[in-house]
Amino acid sequence: MSAATSNLPATRLFTETPFVRKKQRRELIAQCFFGGMAAAMVIPLILIVGYVVVQGAPSLSWEFLTTNPRLGGIRGGIWSALVGTIYIVTISLCVSAPIGVLSAVYLNEYAKDNWFTRIVNLAVVNLAGVPSIVHGLFGLGAFVYAAGMGKSIVSASLTLSIMTLPVIIASTKEALSAVPMTFREACWNVGATRWQTIRRIVLPNSISGILTGVILQVSRTAGETAPVMLTGVATFKAVESTGLFLYNPITDQCMALSMHLYYIATQASNAAPSLPFAIATVLLCAVLAVNATAIGVRAYLRSRKKW
Amino acid sequence: MPIIATQDPTPAGAVVGTPAKQQRGQAEVFGERIIEALIYLCGFSAIIFVFGIFFFVFREGAPFLAKLKVGEFLFSTEWFPTSQTQAKYGVGALIVGTLSVTMLAMVIAVPFGLGAAIFVSEFCKGKVKETLKVVIELLAAIPSVVWGFIGLTVMSPIIINTFHVPIGVNMFNGAMLLALMSVPIMVSIGEDALKAVPDTYREASLALGATKWQIVYRVLLPAAKNGLLAAVLLGVGRAIGETMAVLMATGHSVRIPDSIFDPVRTLTATIAAELGETSKGSDHYQVLFLIGILLFSITFVVNLTADLIVKGVKKK
Repeated sequence: MSAATSNLPATRLFTETPFVRKKQRRELIAQCFFGGMAAAMVIPLILIVGYVVVQGAPSLSWEFLTTNPRLGGIRGGIWSALVGTIYIVTISLCVSAPIGVLSAVYLNEYAKDNWFTRIVNLAVVNLAGVPSIVHGLFGLGAFVYAAGMGKSIVSASLTLSIMTLPVIIASTKEALSAVPMTFREACWNVGATRWQTIRRIVLPNSISGILTGVILQVSRTAGETAPVMLTGVATFKAVESTGLFLYNPITDQCMALSMHLYYIATQASNAAPSLPFAIATVLLCAVLAVNATAIGVRAYLRSRKKW
Repeated sequence: MPIIATQDPTPAGAVVGTPAKQQRGQAEVFGERIIEALIYLCGFSAIIFVFGIFFFVFREGAPFLAKLKVGEFLFSTEWFPTSQTQAKYGVGALIVGTLSVTMLAMVIAVPFGLGAAIFVSEFCKGKVKETLKVVIELLAAIPSVVWGFIGLTVMSPIIINTFHVPIGVNMFNGAMLLALMSVPIMVSIGEDALKAVPDTYREASLALGATKWQIVYRVLLPAAKNGLLAAVLLGVGRAIGETMAVLMATGHSVRIPDSIFDPVRTLTATIAAELGETSKGSDHYQVLFLIGILLFSITFVVNLTADLIVKGVKKK
């Protein structure tokens, strides 16, 4: 060891005292330890998800995606479930995006720092923490029975829109608060009102964060199962046509990808073993693609941000 | 356009030069009133919804309260809701099921979640850090029904083969899934908590010759302990409220578990599995809504505690 060190440059000699070597060794051990912990959770997950996709991929085809399920869902494709999910996502997005964004605008731009605002913030946090099945019970009690909508696509969508509201509020609020105060002050100084400032300055400058929140809401809505199974998603519904307008959102129940996966995986014992893997793959790919889009949009817009 | 405008704040001279406050059209002023009213309304919506959830769930379950013996409801383990002659509604076993799965999940998740948070926040830089954060974000997005499916088809055979137990869908399976699901939350919140520790702390320790290891357990952990606790609590909240994964992977039998490889049933899974079979207004139906209220209260307390702890961090 000493023979080897004598050949090294002087700077290296300084670091090679036993004490420093011990420290470096410990540093390395710490790094490996925590790195191992991160790896221990990430790698198995990627393997498992990869396994599901590998099992499901062979049975995926254009035909699988675009034909309707038959015989209680165990034959045919997944088209009507896919369309049902699209319906639910679209309607709940139309409800929760405006409410969520305006709510975040209130919290970030209008609310004063007082007890009432603290309660509103607390409500948002708790709304995010309410179990999804309790949201389902709420949707059943409020929309299906009290409001008389029955089990329908609208009931399910409204339930989900309330459930995903905190996602949009939190990300929008973060985006709004990232706009520097000086922008607002400059705008007020030239005589703009509060709302004009928000519309012309604050919202355009925070659109990236708002978009990210909205996209994340889409992926959350698409994957939710428990609330919609109580409020308007059927385990199987025979549909003839293969167009995009299969359902009447006010009156009809629909199928949804997430519910279809649950049903096929647990109740339909005579389905082909690859079928649930195929559905899971479609659901996973859809959700991950949407999330990847959100991350991409965020990275792109952030790189263009000039302040 | 507005981006350009904001890039170049109007110089003070220009403000002086413009004519005195221009009159705006009545419609515009009125429109602004309406939009601001809307903003206020939406701002309060979260409160309305939280109360709405409590109100409507409670309303469906309330009629049963008259017949309910609270002690028996909470502590009895006899859950025979479909019995014709002697229906019994004791959720004791379900509460134990929920708590045991959650606790086991946390025993697995807390070391890994916090370890990963420390790694992401302190030990890696640049590309590795960005990649890890993106991967963790994507993992957080996997729907719970897919987790349940993974538990059913992937974990269950692995558990049977590794531990030589007869049933693969059991408490351990559910706890593993819940752990994997709550780790991403813990990592992101825990990382925020570590990021909130001022860099001067790290610099001071480095200047004293501390290794990273020493910095982590002598400086960062004590300084960020509240935030990390909040991260754990939010993970707990998520685990208690999780439905589909535990419905599919815990084996679904009402009993007090003897070992971690016994099948159990949770509060959430009971509602999800049984509500479809009840008729509106029946005792069984109302009891399930009361379980919903119980769940709502538990998660409310957990989230409230986490929030208060986080607020405590911010005040400092």
